[in-house]
Amino acid sequence: MIAQQLLNGLFLGAVYALFAVGYTLVFGVLDILNLAHAAIFTAAAFAAFSLAVAGWPLPLAFLAAAVFAGIIGILLDRVAFAPLRARNAGTLVPLISSIGVAIIIGAILRGIYGVDEKHFTTGGLDTAPAIHLGVVTFTTVELAIFFSAIVLMLGLSWVLRASTLGRRIRAVAEDRVAAALLGVDLERTIAATFFIASGLGGAAGVLTGLEYNSVTLDMGGPIELKGLAVIILGGMGSVTGAVVGGFILGAVETLAIAYGASAWRDAIVFGVMFALLVARPTGLFGKRALRQA
Amino acid sequence: MLVLDDVGVRYGGVDALRAVSLAVEPGRVLGLIGPNGAGKTTLVNATTGLAPLASGTISLDGKRIDGLPPHRIARAGIARTYQNIRLFGALDVRANLAAGAFARPGRLTAEEFAALLDRAGIAHVELTAKAGALPYGDQRRLEIGRALAAAPGVVMLDEPAAGMNPSETTRLVDTIRAIAASGIAVLLIEHDMTLVRAACDAVVVLNFGEVIARGTPAEVARDPIVVEAYLGSGAGALA
Amino acid sequence: MTTLADFYAKHSRLIDQIGVNAILALSLSVSLQAGQLALAQAAFAGIAAYVSAILAMNAHWPLLATIVVAVLVSSVVAAVLAYPVRRLRGVFLAIATIGFGEIVRVFANNLKITGGAEGLSGIPNDATTPVIYASLAVVALALFFLSRTKFALAVALVREDEYAARGVGIDVGAIRTLSLALGGAIAGLAGALYAHASFFLTPSDFGFPRMEQILVWCVVGGVTSPLGAVLGAALLSILPEAIRFLADYREISNGIILLAVILFAPGGLSSLWRRGVVRVRS
Repeated sequence: MIAQQLLNGLFLGAVYALFAVGYTLVFGVLDILNLAHAAIFTAAAFAAFSLAVAGWPLPLAFLAAAVFAGIIGILLDRVAFAPLRARNAGTLVPLISSIGVAIIIGAILRGIYGVDEKHFTTGGLDTAPAIHLGVVTFTTVELAIFFSAIVLMLGLSWVLRASTLGRRIRAVAEDRVAAALLGVDLERTIAATFFIASGLGGAAGVLTGLEYNSVTLDMGGPIELKGLAVIILGGMGSVTGAVVGGFILGAVETLAIAYGASAWRDAIVFGVMFALLVARPTGLFGKRALRQA
Repeated sequence: MLVLDDVGVRYGGVDALRAVSLAVEPGRVLGLIGPNGAGKTTLVNATTGLAPLASGTISLDGKRIDGLPPHRIARAGIARTYQNIRLFGALDVRANLAAGAFARPGRLTAEEFAALLDRAGIAHVELTAKAGALPYGDQRRLEIGRALAAAPGVVMLDEPAAGMNPSETTRLVDTIRAIAASGIAVLLIEHDMTLVRAACDAVVVLNFGEVIARGTPAEVARDPIVVEAYLGSGAGALA
Repeated sequence: MTTLADFYAKHSRLIDQIGVNAILALSLSVSLQAGQLALAQAAFAGIAAYVSAILAMNAHWPLLATIVVAVLVSSVVAAVLAYPVRRLRGVFLAIATIGFGEIVRVFANNLKITGGAEGLSGIPNDATTPVIYASLAVVALALFFLSRTKFALAVALVREDEYAARGVGIDVGAIRTLSLALGGAIAGLAGALYAHASFFLTPSDFGFPRMEQILVWCVVGGVTSPLGAVLGAALLSILPEAIRFLADYREISNGIILLAVILFAPGGLSSLWRRGVVRVRS
């Protein structure tokens, strides 16, 4: 029984982690809490839905939607963040402008798709074969989702650790001024960061839509806030922390549901987050010290 | 009178200050000099409650102030300026002066505002001017004005001449001496030895967190220990 | 005269909403003036709304009494919240207060006395338009007079430079607590009025989406004067209604206005005719 719960937690956690990674990447590089991340998450899910309806095979729709999300991320930076960087507006103003973009994206989605729930009717989602492995059961769809998330996160890890772009991103995250002095093209590196972060967030959106076979306008709401808990737990700016935190959250949530505390699980999650902020604001892996006057 | 008695401050296992004792008397200007990293700003921070003492005591007019929160120490009558100017830049000159007088009952009158500008040497500046838009030298003086607005017993000036040219520095000497003459105890942290020689009645020299010399500016300038401390750190500032 | 009465009859709900929204915006503006992005006002309003509704429905208290108690409760909650978050700044404070809001929402969702997820219905509908706008006027006037006191100066100094504020003798912790408590009180008033002006009250009425809305009103209107917050709330509450022809796209206007304000008029719309130095009464 507990093995099944942990497995469910693993699947849930993988998607949480994927979403949180994008959140924390932007914060780590730019000190901005991007509240449009969840809107992009939702937009990608709708995009994948539209492509699926148009006949695209699901894996292709997934990839295209993720790329689409990445592009929206670049636009988001150009419109809402770059002008503020140019005038040194601090870190709270971009947070608010990200809300503006989120509102706009939400309004566009609402205009195009209306308020009804959408379902992926193709790809055999409802009739996916269940696999039994000893005491646990899961569907091929769940497995595919899990692996997609893992592959993407591993890909990110490789990019950050081993590629030139990754080195540049880490340099900018460490010290923007020094990186610029050393010749790093700031704007291009930041654009690449947003492409990756939003692309991953969008991928998480498509996977979530597939997981529950449901795409709605407000699907981003819960995960946007839970994502905050994940990045606080894992440490703001730490990608490893976001991954570990995502899995921990997935486990905690499924166990809470399994053991009867489901109604209060959000309170537990945010209670822990609040306690962490008060006591150990750097989280499990965070390098950013709490900013105090 | 401000008295530091055997003060020690530790930062992460290192003694930033060790057994420092000094007294700042009303009506006199005490200079605090030393190479970079000697602990001068640490001393000011410890006095204003921003750094905890590992040992020793700090008293103002006989009453212990170490361990008090910074705002209480300020209210006890210690005002300061900052090495990197910390004005309320988006607010106007008037608000900055009013800020200085915050802890005093009531509000400043028009005459008091004018007097403060005068004492700070910026009588020509408009009260409605934005503090952050003032020329650099005027900003430094506005900070001094803000400190004076508190009607303090002690004023600590942290490198007030930084970035000033020689003629501005000379004017600053008069301002500082006038502050002392009004009965305030002045602690002046400075690198500019011309200013120190002209403005200070006595000087304390710090190096590596310890007092290595004291005396009049002339005595200290001749002290071979002090000369070596400065030459050793590469700064030929005693010339 | 009949056209005015007709207009009111058709739009009374919106008019009431604008009044309540304006008070909510004022409650956040107090925290923003202190430089704190404390996003708990919606939760404070929600707590007060439930307290006021429960007292009215279960104990049959008159409106004024329920409002007084509700405001007291929300102020105390705010003052207590100020303690654990006293060292948090910027984004961290924002996240902590968002978390607090979510915890409150879960409690409202699960307690029997708050009606659970269905919430409460049948709240006495005695917060009439005059009552709401009289309250708005009282709050706005109170804040206006407060802006001429030393407290307002202290708030501005804490916002500009906390460090230097301590250096002039300001107890920064106390200022932060007081401004959060004041915001809590005003939000409480808005919440109680909301409860008595609506037919039902549900936990999702005061969740994070509502908090984001309040923030948008303040930013668009500008927070350096009470007028700004009221302006922002009024404009952005009316606009989606006024551009109904855009149908499902109509919310896009608020997002575009928010971005435009941030990019071109960062002090908010109310700053457009008060260009220049931030004047603080001394």
